[in-house]
Amino acid sequence: MSDDAVTGIEAPIYLQYQFTAGRAPARFLQRLKAGQLTGQRCPGCSQVYIPPRGACPACGIATEEEVVLSDKATVQSFTIVYIPIPGNPIEPPYIVANLVPDGANISFIHLLSDCVNDEVHIGQRVRAVWKDASEWDYSMDNIQYFKPIDEPDVPVAQIGKLPVSGWGAGA
Amino acid sequence: MAQLAAVIGTGQTKYKTKRGDVSIAGLLREAAVAALEDAGLGFDDIDAVVIGKAPDMFEGVVMPECYLSDALGANGKPMLRVHTAGSVGGSTALVAASHVQSGTFRRVLTVTFEKQSESNAMWALSTPQPFSVHLNAGAGGYFAPIIREYMRRSKAPYDVGIKVAVKDRLHGARNPLAHLHKPDITMAEVEESMMLWDPIRLLEACPSSDGACAMVIAAEDAVDSSAKPPAWIRGGAMRSEPTLYAGRDEVNPRAGRDCAADVYRQAGISDPRRQLNCAEIYVPFSWYEPMWLENLGFAEEGQGWRLTMDGATSLDEGGDIPWNPSGGVLSSNPIGASGMIRFAEAARQVRGDAGAHQVAGAKLAMGHAYGGGAQFFAMWIVGADKP
Repeated sequence: MSDDAVTGIEAPIYLQYQFTAGRAPARFLQRLKAGQLTGQRCPGCSQVYIPPRGACPACGIATEEEVVLSDKATVQSFTIVYIPIPGNPIEPPYIVANLVPDGANISFIHLLSDCVNDEVHIGQRVRAVWKDASEWDYSMDNIQYFKPIDEPDVPVAQIGKLPVSGWGAGA
Repeated sequence: MAQLAAVIGTGQTKYKTKRGDVSIAGLLREAAVAALEDAGLGFDDIDAVVIGKAPDMFEGVVMPECYLSDALGANGKPMLRVHTAGSVGGSTALVAASHVQSGTFRRVLTVTFEKQSESNAMWALSTPQPFSVHLNAGAGGYFAPIIREYMRRSKAPYDVGIKVAVKDRLHGARNPLAHLHKPDITMAEVEESMMLWDPIRLLEACPSSDGACAMVIAAEDAVDSSAKPPAWIRGGAMRSEPTLYAGRDEVNPRAGRDCAADVYRQAGISDPRRQLNCAEIYVPFSWYEPMWLENLGFAEEGQGWRLTMDGATSLDEGGDIPWNPSGGVLSSNPIGASGMIRFAEAARQVRGDAGAHQVAGAKLAMGHAYGGGAQFFAMWIVGADKP
């Protein structure tokens, strides 16, 4: 092949979707717009899911009961990311943590910031830092990030099992 | 009762960052032709074709099997496409095998591929979700916290992953098809490589590769066309579980344990470390070797890292149970094909066909693949001896 042979062309693809949330996620997003984290409890195993998807993935049955959760959470695990996220302006290194909010039994991921990266650890207590209420939308981005709070660490066996009333000295 | 089936041909492309000289169809055909030659057959001898690849979003070509069937001689024949994320190479092989074991076809050609140079897997795995923050940093970002939890639980030394990264690259240096050839790699080089998703360093992660892998699977009465002995399929199993459920053990997923128990039962294996001669296991990030050593029952829970550190999984250290003699996913990762490479390399070992990475006298070998959020598993065991 000669040097100017065509061996490839750029063919960008753009995708835009209309997302039908369904009942449970729609309710979750509505409450989120009001500044509240909510989950749903499975009538079979009693586990509380956030975000609620309308069914328990373990039991395969519909979930209805809404549970208002705390915006305090526990670090279940985390990674310090040194490379940029495609399409996201956030500057590395940044911490993406698996966080279990008090009252829920499953983690979601969110940014952990306003912290010393090397001191972040499993079992650490954190709390949501919300955007100004005027900016709230149907989005987890209403929470800018989570930051460490001065509460004792949660023993690993207790992570994901705290009541909505939380964890503190003497808990 | 299922009928016997065997691998009678394998074919792989050379794995590299960019295959600018061939289209996706050309890449598949290269592997398919090599597998047919190895089997002593031509396209006309094939009864059905089973294709597998990872998510269509990677290359942005939806249902590529529609046009790839031409290159694989599938026109006028049954053609099927399999999709189970990163485990697809393994599940595609099992689907192809089941078409023979059921007695439906005598000879099935199965092919898997990925052309990562034409794709953007990181982007495809990082699409925004409506009820989550947009922080998905590809597969590494997903698996890093799970590795961290394994490190905490097992109290393994910090350099276990580094050792795996060196070991698999030394294996890969023996394999002319491997993408990465790093015969002089050292622990220090891996440790000093850039941290990507702490605790995963650059050299503890798999490369992005172009490549395809193919196999011909034949019924008991059709195994003699190849000049090489057949690799008899002694067991095959798939399992899945939800990505997320409360109480899920992400470090040691139940679907993996159940899948292993099923495939061992079929093959009559009670002690995989002693009874198998080698294994090709899907390890895209170094720490997944000790994690899967435990998940698959080669070691007690919390002890897998000791096998790695003792050299039990290393060809170069004369280990008793070499893992990934071909260099594994850490040396070559054409995603959709990576699982099938594990299955095909297990077959090569028991056919005595693995060249410089041959495990001497290998009679029984395991191939393994996992995918999604470590939620899809596919495994098989192949043997030199007819069951």
